Amino acid sequence: MGKTKVKKQSTFIDMTAMSDVTVLLLTFFMLTATFLPKEPVQVMTPQSVSEVKVPEYNVLNILIDPQGKVFLNIDKPENKKAILEKMGQDYGITFTDKQIRSFIEQTHIGVPMNRMAAFLDMPLSTQDSEIKKWGVPSDSVNDQFSRWVQHAREIGGDDMGIAIKADQSTAYPLVDKVLKSLVKMKENRYSLITSLRGMPEGV
Amino acid sequence: MAEVQQSGGGEEKKGKPKKQTLRVDFTPMVDMNMLLITFFMFCTTLSKPQIMDIAMPTDQKLTDEDEVKVKESKAITLILGEDNKVYYYTGMPNYSDYTTLKETDYSPEGLRKVLLERNAPIVAKMRELRQEKFEKKNRMSEEEFKTRSKEIKEDKDGQVVVIKPTSEASYKNLVDALDEMQICSIAKYAIVDMTEGDQFLLENLKSKGAYGASAAPPKN
Repeated sequence: MGKTKVKKQSTFIDMTAMSDVTVLLLTFFMLTATFLPKEPVQVMTPQSVSEVKVPEYNVLNILIDPQGKVFLNIDKPENKKAILEKMGQDYGITFTDKQIRSFIEQTHIGVPMNRMAAFLDMPLSTQDSEIKKWGVPSDSVNDQFSRWVQHAREIGGDDMGIAIKADQSTAYPLVDKVLKSLVKMKENRYSLITSLRGMPEGV
Repeated sequence: MAEVQQSGGGEEKKGKPKKQTLRVDFTPMVDMNMLLITFFMFCTTLSKPQIMDIAMPTDQKLTDEDEVKVKESKAITLILGEDNKVYYYTGMPNYSDYTTLKETDYSPEGLRKVLLERNAPIVAKMRELRQEKFEKKNRMSEEEFKTRSKEIKEDKDGQVVVIKPTSEASYKNLVDALDEMQICSIAKYAIVDMTEGDQFLLENLKSKGAYGASAAPPKN
């Protein structure tokens, strides 16, 4: 029972400015959202507590699908062009400008060299279904995989990282083959892409 | 909240001008905007996949002096088998006794328990370091935490783990094993191939000694 009476005040704040700012922020975030590159095969990576992030750029991604097919992804377009030309020199194939552009647009490298020119001439939608069937060959007779990695290393420089992405259920020998051929090329340091999980309790 | 006022007067009835004030409430719109912003903010940062750095040993032959001799009490070998099973033996293998190879799995009560016990002093120190970081909050920088945890983990009394995946293991098994290294604060580990000796031990354990009785143990 207070003697003073509290006056009822109606608060009326004009929120137009706030809605303005929120719309601006929203537009900013929508525009800076990057799209994940379309992969030939969707893989579910195993989980790990490691919180180290994938390096932003200059990374060579090696995607291994559950059957063991290998796909490569190089993120810098100018490097991609140079690497394609070098591979072309190795195998005696010259690529037209149109094919080079198609190569840069396609996110992953996954076709043997003898089919590369024909593959690049196809429209992008057919390329997507074709690439799933092939994969870069990496057997001892026809080791194109090592050549790609070697050229990528020459052009990407020493600070290029190598990241390996494989599905949880991939049999270990398929991954081992890739790891062994990397070790043979003296590439001993690389990263395995994993999904995040929390550090377990009690440790 | 935000409002839009419109003085009416569009409708003119006979001799009665009507003035309508329209009030549009923008509260739900700002609500939705905030939600969308929060969604985009989180999605773009959290969707970047994480990596786990590994370094493989070179395939060049090491001279005897390069090979570091490790005390038997500090070494443990993990054999990653089929069906998410993992076998382990400590120190040098004993080919005559088939129980030196023990079986466990990737659950917290299995492999992790074994590794935590073996690496107990270092795990305790890491726990203290993490507690210290939590208490100091922003007075211990990430760099300092990293250098100190590296020092603790590379203590020469720490465990050395040799990981040998079999051909029936899956990629997930390998990543899980490497993850346990990180969880149990073990910095010294290597991924190598199976040897004949390990294959012998594995067969021996599975047949409960029958294999060892009939076949000769490998010499090495």
